[in-house]
Amino acid sequence: MSLPATVTEVLTVLAARELAGRRIVFAGIGLPTLAAALAALSTAPDIEIIYESGVTGAHPIGLPTTISDSILVTGAEAVLPMPQLFGYVIAGQRIDTGFLGAAQIDRHGSLNSTMIGGSYARPEHRLPGSGGAIEVMGHAREVFVVMRRHTPQTLVDRPDFVTSPAPSSVSGRQASGRGVTRLITPLGVLTREDDELVLRSVNPGVDVAQVRSATGWPLKVAADVSDAGPPTAEELRILREVLDPGRIYLR
Amino acid sequence: MSATRVSTLAGAIATYVQPGMTVALEGFGHLVPTAAAHEIIRQRIGDLTVCRMSCDMMIDQLIAAGCVRGLVSSFIGNSSGGSLHELRRALEGRSDRVVTLDEYSHGGMIARYVAGAAKLPFYPIRSYQGSDLAAVNDSIRQVIDPYSGDPIFVVPPLNPDVSIIHAQRADRRGNVQAWGILGVQQDVAFAGRRVIVTVEEIVDDDVIRADPNRTIVPAQIVDAVVECPFGSYPAPVQGYYDRDDAFFREWSDMGRAEGAVDRWLDTYIRGTADHSEYLALIGPEVRSRLQVGEALSGRVNYGLHLRPAAPRPGADQEASR
Repeated sequence: MSLPATVTEVLTVLAARELAGRRIVFAGIGLPTLAAALAALSTAPDIEIIYESGVTGAHPIGLPTTISDSILVTGAEAVLPMPQLFGYVIAGQRIDTGFLGAAQIDRHGSLNSTMIGGSYARPEHRLPGSGGAIEVMGHAREVFVVMRRHTPQTLVDRPDFVTSPAPSSVSGRQASGRGVTRLITPLGVLTREDDELVLRSVNPGVDVAQVRSATGWPLKVAADVSDAGPPTAEELRILREVLDPGRIYLR
Repeated sequence: MSATRVSTLAGAIATYVQPGMTVALEGFGHLVPTAAAHEIIRQRIGDLTVCRMSCDMMIDQLIAAGCVRGLVSSFIGNSSGGSLHELRRALEGRSDRVVTLDEYSHGGMIARYVAGAAKLPFYPIRSYQGSDLAAVNDSIRQVIDPYSGDPIFVVPPLNPDVSIIHAQRADRRGNVQAWGILGVQQDVAFAGRRVIVTVEEIVDDDVIRADPNRTIVPAQIVDAVVECPFGSYPAPVQGYYDRDDAFFREWSDMGRAEGAVDRWLDTYIRGTADHSEYLALIGPEVRSRLQVGEALSGRVNYGLHLRPAAPRPGADQEASR
């Protein structure tokens, strides 16, 4: 256990800690699934993952490679068709915490997963788009965002495109979601207070000034900002030996 | 009993898919009608508007082949395996292929198919408020909810000229059974004006009728049913074969080079007469690598009625068993 923790391991451990006490989590493959699995063995024993493909209560015998991996289905508790998954489970407000990724996020927690640079009609970099992100943002009780890069180009004043809007930016909204409550990056953990993402803790070896200069808006820092403890030997043991011994996601 | 709707893949595509049509190819990372897309490429059917919620390499292939004029979609990455470079080049203006994109979220695409299937004029979506997607897509519009008086976004019905899906099995008339991740297979089938189903195997009526709840698409809406083993490859079919993860990863790397997808098509699709030749070309070791073992479902009792059945006009002998 002498190997230092990788960025993926740090992000996974921080996400798992934030999942303490959560029950119904909407997660993609990879880091969110690992974080939920780690939480299940530590901070959130009753946690259950719902996948966009309709699988709930999955008990796979190995790590899935996609949300549509048939390994998720064998032995699962339920597989719902997508109109029911999106209509009854997501829009029906049955998700406690949704994990979303994004290329850009603003201080209120609006997300861009559509395009960078240029115009919508002729983007410089076209990204995959919403998938189910708009619905998860709209209806999950809270959203966790994990970003692998924390720079002024990813935590931005104005996203190039708002794919999944923060609830506060929406007038006359009828959807029910509270929006992003946690942003976890390689530099720290931000929580949303008074509709703005605030630096709550810094990661091991990172200082507040570093996080400020890497953020594309004047970053507010919690008065009691703390140092996140590094991944413990036990957290790393579970990740490396129990959950992903083949290092499929921990690369 | 109405007649069989069994067809060859070439025959089904030639009969029902015409240039300029709107064609849905659905299967959410599972039960993907890949072989049908390949046949569209072989028959060089162009000017198509292709509907597919979550894109994958099949879309790169159709674009490189010049089959696609427009795409209706809600996710345009290569499943979870990186970029679709042929599609990105087209959308970023770095290609002589011009593809228009009619873009939604997954919830929006599902709503469009459901509205199409039920012949509804539109379907409301709560979560588009504040999304730039609603601003750039003129088909996403607002109406006033007559009950609350609040505005709400709606999406239009989607009724493809042809809906093509893959499934595990069907009988000869086209009663389709599927299990595992079902995605929107039922909804897109009912939304389609014509329906082509490719299946791993065509089975006897008895097999279907022993488990009617597993039938997701009834024969009455199916125009052609095609036996097409390994027809979803490289996407998986529950209980039949696994996903070829390595091929998905390789695809995104390969697609980086301009012209690479077109050269792949020359060898593997335009260079093969049909799906069997394609499978022979990629080799039997691929199939054995993706083999799955058995995990059988439990059995349920549908109940055999013990009351003496009154003879009914039109009842076949079997039904009164």
